[in-house]
Amino acid sequence: MTGWEKFAFSFLNPQVAADYTPKIIEGLGLTILLAACIIATGLVAGLVLATIRALGIRPLNWLIIFTVDVFRALPPLVIIVLIYFGLPNAGIDFSGFGATWLALSLVLMAFAEEIYWAGICAVPAGQWEASRALGLRFLPTLFRIVLPQAIRIAIPPLVNRTIAITKGTALGSVVAVAEILGAAQSAMAFSGNPTPLTLGAIAYIILFLPVVFAGRWIETKFAWKR
Amino acid sequence: MEDFIETFLNLDIARQASPILIQGFIQTLLLAAMTVPLGLGAGIVLAVLSTRRNPWLRYPLMAFVDFFRAIPPLVLLIFLYAGLPFAGLDLGAWGAVALGFLLNTGAYYAEILRAGIESVPRGQPEAARALGLRPWQVWVFVVLPQAVRNVLPDLISNTLEVVKLTSIASVVALPELLFQARQAQSVTYNATPIMVAALAYFLLLWPCVRLLSRLENKQIAGKR
Repeated sequence: MTGWEKFAFSFLNPQVAADYTPKIIEGLGLTILLAACIIATGLVAGLVLATIRALGIRPLNWLIIFTVDVFRALPPLVIIVLIYFGLPNAGIDFSGFGATWLALSLVLMAFAEEIYWAGICAVPAGQWEASRALGLRFLPTLFRIVLPQAIRIAIPPLVNRTIAITKGTALGSVVAVAEILGAAQSAMAFSGNPTPLTLGAIAYIILFLPVVFAGRWIETKFAWKR
Repeated sequence: MEDFIETFLNLDIARQASPILIQGFIQTLLLAAMTVPLGLGAGIVLAVLSTRRNPWLRYPLMAFVDFFRAIPPLVLLIFLYAGLPFAGLDLGAWGAVALGFLLNTGAYYAEILRAGIESVPRGQPEAARALGLRPWQVWVFVVLPQAVRNVLPDLISNTLEVVKLTSIASVVALPELLFQARQAQSVTYNATPIMVAALAYFLLLWPCVRLLSRLENKQIAGKR
């Protein structure tokens, strides 16, 4: 066999590809489901924390800032391992899917809180003052005047951070989640051929390349106009 | 509560595991000391080259950067570590990690630095050229310092992410902090080593997170 034939046999083997494409597609479905769960809980939890922080209760704010710092400083894989391999020692069992979901939701929550909070701080003080002067109470001012503007400011960095964290779903393969990478690795072990890894890489490209482009487009579309 | 302390903050086990955890921590620091300069170097080269007008250079480079931003780093690492040996190319754990980080973090640094370079007014390099500086001097003394200053928070944030990302090297059995902690945990059947490792990561990176938080707030205050 020539070098190219050997390479093609290993990485672009049509027989292996035909056998394992359904498995990879199942993995793709699981990746999308996991990502959707993480985005839903992470973004909402982050918004809730940022809203509580805006109430300005000192001890509570210190607690929020510390929690956010913890989940910004810890590597996601360490959190996943701690939940999946550590908590069972205390009698709390998580499935691989559950552990990955919880860990990445906490990480996204922390980053999202920071971004929403930056957005809230970026809304000019005059908006608060004008709204209060017009007779709105604190909470209506926060929810109807400040947050809508803050969220608009927060969208571009939020999109980028969300993309980065949902790519972390691949870490689920470490705790036996059969998402794209997990499915590709077990298929590679069964077939003794790395073509499933090529398929997995293609699946990620199909999933994330449009998101990378969309992120760039949103960045220009929502750019802070001055 | 006692049960919790027994399984998560057990001092005896922490003491037993400390030698291999310290070894792991040193490997993590070495990894960070290798991957950050590699990625930053690749990023600077890619960013500078992608400002060239030549479409034969520019579009392939953009595709290259987008490709490696779309692939999760763990997928890339598994491909290099477990896939390439089938083609007769065995990089080993350190080689696979070095190449994987070069490609992945290089692409991220390139994207950040490109934005930084674009934020430097065109008049700057033109004036520098007119004053007689050579092209490399224009880059090193005029454009890059301003570009780096303009995107400093993003650069620090990415560096933080790179250091955190070194933990995925545990998946290819490179004996860094997380790997050693899991070894110790599986031997003792106690979660304390992982808690100690998490604490070590936190203490190492917390100053960086605080600094970043400050810089970001300043940036927003400056925009108002």
